[in-house]
Parts: sequence; C-alpha cells; structure tokens
Amino acid sequence: MSTPTATGEGAHQPPAPSRTATGRRRPGRLGWSPTRGDLPAALFFIAPALLGLVVFFLVPMIRGVYLSFTEYNILGDPTWIGTENYEAIARDPLFWNALGVTGQYVVINIVLQTLLALGIALLMQRIAKSTLIRGMLLLPYLMANVIAALLWFWLLDYQIGIVNHVLETLGGSRVAFFGSEEWAIPTQALINTWRHMGYTALLIFAGLQVIPKQLYEAASLDGSNAVQTFFRITLPLLRPVLVLVLVVTVIGSFQVFDTVAVTTQGGPINASRVMQYYIFQKAFTESQFGYGSALAVILFLILVLVAFVQMKFLRGNESDLG
Amino acid sequence: MRRTALGAIGVATLALTACGGGGDGGNSDALDYWLWDANQLPAYQQCAADFTESTGIEVEVTQMGWDDYWGSLTNGFVADTAPDVFTNHLSRYPEFVANGQLLALDDAEATADVDTSIYNEGLADLWVAEDGNRYGLPKDWDTIALFYNEEMLDDAGYTPDDLTDLSWNPDDGGTYEEVIAHLSVDKNGVRGDEAGFDKDNVAVYGLGLNGAGSGQGQTEWSYLTGTTGWTHTDENPWGTHYNYDDPDFQASMDWFASLADKGFMPQLETTVGASMADTFAAGKSALNANGSWMIGQYTGYDGVEVGIAPTPTGPSGERASMFNGLADSIYAGTDQPEEAAEFVAYLGSTDCQDVVAEAAVVFPAVTTSAEKAAAAYEAQGIDVSPFTTHVEDDSTFLFPITAHASQIDGIMAPAMDAVVSGKVPASSLTGANDQVNALFE
Repeated sequence: MSTPTATGEGAHQPPAPSRTATGRRRPGRLGWSPTRGDLPAALFFIAPALLGLVVFFLVPMIRGVYLSFTEYNILGDPTWIGTENYEAIARDPLFWNALGVTGQYVVINIVLQTLLALGIALLMQRIAKSTLIRGMLLLPYLMANVIAALLWFWLLDYQIGIVNHVLETLGGSRVAFFGSEEWAIPTQALINTWRHMGYTALLIFAGLQVIPKQLYEAASLDGSNAVQTFFRITLPLLRPVLVLVLVVTVIGSFQVFDTVAVTTQGGPINASRVMQYYIFQKAFTESQFGYGSALAVILFLILVLVAFVQMKFLRGNESDLG
Repeated sequence: MRRTALGAIGVATLALTACGGGGDGGNSDALDYWLWDANQLPAYQQCAADFTESTGIEVEVTQMGWDDYWGSLTNGFVADTAPDVFTNHLSRYPEFVANGQLLALDDAEATADVDTSIYNEGLADLWVAEDGNRYGLPKDWDTIALFYNEEMLDDAGYTPDDLTDLSWNPDDGGTYEEVIAHLSVDKNGVRGDEAGFDKDNVAVYGLGLNGAGSGQGQTEWSYLTGTTGWTHTDENPWGTHYNYDDPDFQASMDWFASLADKGFMPQLETTVGASMADTFAAGKSALNANGSWMIGQYTGYDGVEVGIAPTPTGPSGERASMFNGLADSIYAGTDQPEEAAEFVAYLGSTDCQDVVAEAAVVFPAVTTSAEKAAAAYEAQGIDVSPFTTHVEDDSTFLFPITAHASQIDGIMAPAMDAVVSGKVPASSLTGANDQVNALFE
C-alpha cells in the first residue's frame, strides 16, 4: 500500500541525474529541443500511458471533485449543493477522528519502517552480500496486502492465535492486538512495516550503491570511525533517496485501507477508522458518494501539501554529490 | 443483520473462486439469480434445474460471499448488469425501493396473485413497502436459541432440562445469569458463583460474545431486550423513530455489559477475530446465543457435543426472538420481467421450498416446508424445537425495517461497541439515538 509501484520504479535509477554527462554529449547546447520529425513517434509511445492517465485518473478525479459539491447516492442523479459537504465535514467529529488516527498510523509506520529499512540496507551493503538473502528480504512485499493482513489477523487472534498462546506460555498476558483501542493502530502499522521494510530497504540500498567508494576510503584515512562516517558521509549523500522514500511511503501510509478493511473495519469503536476507510464507509456502505468525494478531495489536498513540504524542506531534488 | 451471513462467509469465499460477474454471464437468454449463502447453493441449484425442466427458462445461479454481495449488486444496478432475480435482505431493500431498483411483484403476472397464506405469519407482509407494493416473496426465516456444550453442562451438574425454563431480568439477571455464572470456570477450576473466582483469568466463559450487535443486536441482546416490552422503533415495519434512549433498554444493556466485567462473558476487545462459534468449538465458552442459520455449523464441529436450548423468558413472562426473513426480489432493469416473476413465484412455492427443506440448512418460509425442514433436522439427530418454539408460541418480533439502515449502522456500531466494552454506560446511547432520529427529520 505505502509504495505505489508506478512511483517506486523510478527509484531504481541513480538519484542524482548526471548533468555533466548529458552536457558532454551535446556540447554547445543548453537544452534539448524536439524536432518536428520526432513528434508522431513520441505521441505514439506516449499514447497508451496518456490514455490510461486520462481515463483512469484525470476524468475520475475531475468527476470526483464535481461530485464533492453534490448530494449523490449513485443510483439517482447528483444534486448540486455547493459547499454543504465541506461545511458538514468541518463539523464531523469522525472526520477529525479519522485525521488523528491516520496521523498516528503514518507516524508509527514511517518512523519504524524508515529506521528498520535503513538498518537493513546498511547490513545488505556490508554483510548480507548473498543474492538469496537479499531476495528473501523482499518476500513479505510479494504477498498481497490482504493476505498479509489476514495472516497476522489469525496469528495475533486473542483467543486462538498462536502469538498470544506463546505470550501466555512465556508468562506474559494475552494482548488484544486488534480488539483494544490502544493496540489496533500500532498493530496494523507493524504489519505494514513488516511487509514493506524489505522493499524500502532495497530502495535505500540502491542509494547506497551510488555513493562513491573513494569518499569512504578518504574518510577512513582521515581516521573517521563508523559512526562518524555514517552521519557525515552516508546519511547526507543518501538524502535524495531518503526523501523520495519518505514522500512515497508517507503518501502511501496516508492511504492505508486494505489492512483495516479486512481486520478491524474501523473498530474498536472508532480507533482504526482511518481516512480511506471512512471515505469508503461513507461512499460505498452508506451510499453518500458526494460526502465521500468531498472527504477524498480533502485527503488529496493534504497529500499534495505533505509532498510539497517534504520536497521543499528536504531538498529532495538536489544532491550533495554534485 | 450481518449475522445471517457470517456462517456462510468462510465457506462462501472458498466456493467463490469460479464465479464470474453474473449479470453479463455467457447465456444471454438465461435468467441470472444471485444468493450469498453457500450452504443453500446446492438446494437452489436443484430448484433452478427443476424450474428449467418444467418451463424451459434457463437460470444461471451465482453465489458470492456476503462481503462482496451488496457492493456487486449496487455496481450492477449502476452498470445495468444486476441479476434479474436475487436474494434480498430486510435491512437493504428499503433503500433499493427508494431508488427505484426493484420491480413491484404486483405488476408481473406470475407474482401478482400469489397466495401468501402458505407462508409463516408475518413474513410476507415484511416485503410490502410503504407504497403498498410487494417487492419480495419470502423464502426462509430465522430465530434465536442457545447452543450449549453438553460436556460442560454435565460437568456443572446441570441436565438439559435445567435450561428449558430459564428466566431473565435486567436487575439481577435471574436464573439465566445464575446458570451463566455457574458455567464460567477460571484457570484454577473455581466456578463463577463460588468464592475466589478469578475473573481476570477465566478458562471457560459461561456465555460467548459475538460482538456488540450494532443497532439490532440480532443474536447478541435482542432476545433479552425483547422480553422487557422494548421495541427498536415506534412501529415496525417503517418506523420513523428509534428507542435507544429508553431507560429500560439502557438498563438491559448495562446488565449485558456487566457480564464481561464479572468474568462471565469475554471482553469485547478479545472477540475481534475468530468467530464466537469457532471459539465455542475450541472450548472457550459454554453457552452461545445464535441464529438458526448456524445450526449446521455448531452441530458440525468434530469432538464437541452440542445441544440447543430455548432463550430465557423475561419480565413479560414470555420468550422473545427477532424474526428475520429473506426473500427473492426482481431487478427493475431486467429484460425479462415475466420470466423473472415466474422464477420468483417458483422459488416461493411449496415445490422449491420442500427441496430446500430436505437439505436441512434453513427454515423455509412456507409453513409446511418448515415442518419438513424440522423433520430433516430431526433425522440428523438435531432437535430444533428451541428455534421453532418462538414461532409456535408467537414470541417473535420482526427485524426492524426502516429507511437509512446503513447510516444507522454507521452510528450505532461504534456506539454499541463503546457500551458493551464497558467504556461508557448505556445512558450514552441517548446521544446516538438523537443522531439516528435526526436522519428521519
């Protein structure tokens, strides 16, 4: 969930575009301008992707924005009601609850996932050089979200789950991982961390490969220890990749849905009623598609803002490698 | 209301894999028929085959799990690919009628003059909407009873007869609570009504818990609240005012929540996950209130001897059970309204319902077929009289049918969770009730 593949794939490429190389190949030119002859071919290659973007993304998005200003139950015709949905949302305690719950999920998920992935990536570079072991780290990611969630749902079941059985055998007490308000969100964040950390580690690992070896050699000659090297060289030079990983995983985390849908369905009480689930509930369960669309538009705006802030303040599009 | 399907979901998801979209199936002339209960699939396939044989009208039967059923149906309505005929639920059909998605059966020749006196009393009336038109022909019904673990009952020194005359009240729980307490056993073997019972370390709970029950409490608490004279709505069907603010009702809910606090029933938070029936089979509870559609599942567990007892009587001196019934409806956009009506009439006939009766999976709506179903259960060694007694003694009340069902569920599910989990007292339901009633203004 937290890493849409379309965006994720870009990360396999080295993060720092080699400006110098491009410049060398086309000396004397500041930029590249298309010649008219390339246009038909370009359109031909762009068309499939463009068609998909328009049909499956742009049109639904514009229609969604329109529907957010209507009252619509999908079976009848939409009725224009202006900003009434947005006004109702501002007064809706469940909307504010959803924001809070989603925020809690994002924080736990991102902090844990990024730290663990960074650790794994460093281990992959230094110790686990076998392709088999590196490949195994990706296994959880290959499992569908719903399957991973159901698997853990059973493992962590309070009454007959094996984890609670083991906890009790070891002298601890059983934990209502999905049933208690305190645990519902952390549990789901942990499940998604488990599923995604291998993939995220792979992205960071790719970033590590790009850092020139000479820098490390120079650092060790200067007597830098491992911790100093990590904080002075690895982390700063990894920044563009980390920013990309953060942006992608944060956006993905805000949209957590399937884990909630197959386990707690918003409960207990409202403890896991995250934004996406609340949107789904309003639109598809309660047939209030106008209200659901307005919620979706708000989530979209939040994500735009979050991505913008991250790119801006973490300077994700610049590299210190230069 | 979900409960009707819960038993089926597990099986359904497994059996589902081969099922396509339905509405756009291969044979365009064939009628499409949808249902969600996998247990009933073989019986209805038989009915469809018999129908085709006598009329020449082909029928394609599609089964899909409850979780996918309603979304697929709504999508079908929008895309005009909904099945011609489908199994309908009382909680859903008012919204379909309001949106003009159902064909009035009075308008089709085959179903215009069906003799509804063959059905169990009240079932046919449920499917007449506020506009006076009929939108479904009854196919089955269900009531509530108590499943118990025979071995645990025996260990506690009870005989099955001890469970036939239980009484309950919201003040001290009556003999019903006494039995539940005595059936509860902690890890040291101390029973719930004995000194030194450790309520935080319970091995076997007297009563199992299925969930908080949302606004209906179909299997959870409605069999108790119904004995106090309380009703969900001002009138039923088509009430416009809910009564969750009633002090007597709130007292009943406080009593119910107190069972968990006393260690006689699991805490709500521990019940998220494995179903009550499965934990019952794992020996975690001795007594389970559940619906008649669960008979097959409870009696089907290996190594667990299960008996069935009637629900307790309450302050009214009577027992009470929610009476829910499914029906077959016709999609308003069907290309073959007359053929669809013929099929619906056949599904609601004694011929088809006798076939369903023999399968012993549910109680058919036709009175004589329900008797045959009871006999079929009997032949399997299962005494289902605790379920049928509600109908014989007229101790049933109807599933609450009103507009806004899904929005009410959205309000009441978390509100009831909070009460049954003991986080807030039942008096908090007054606020939820105001929200619910505001939907009707």
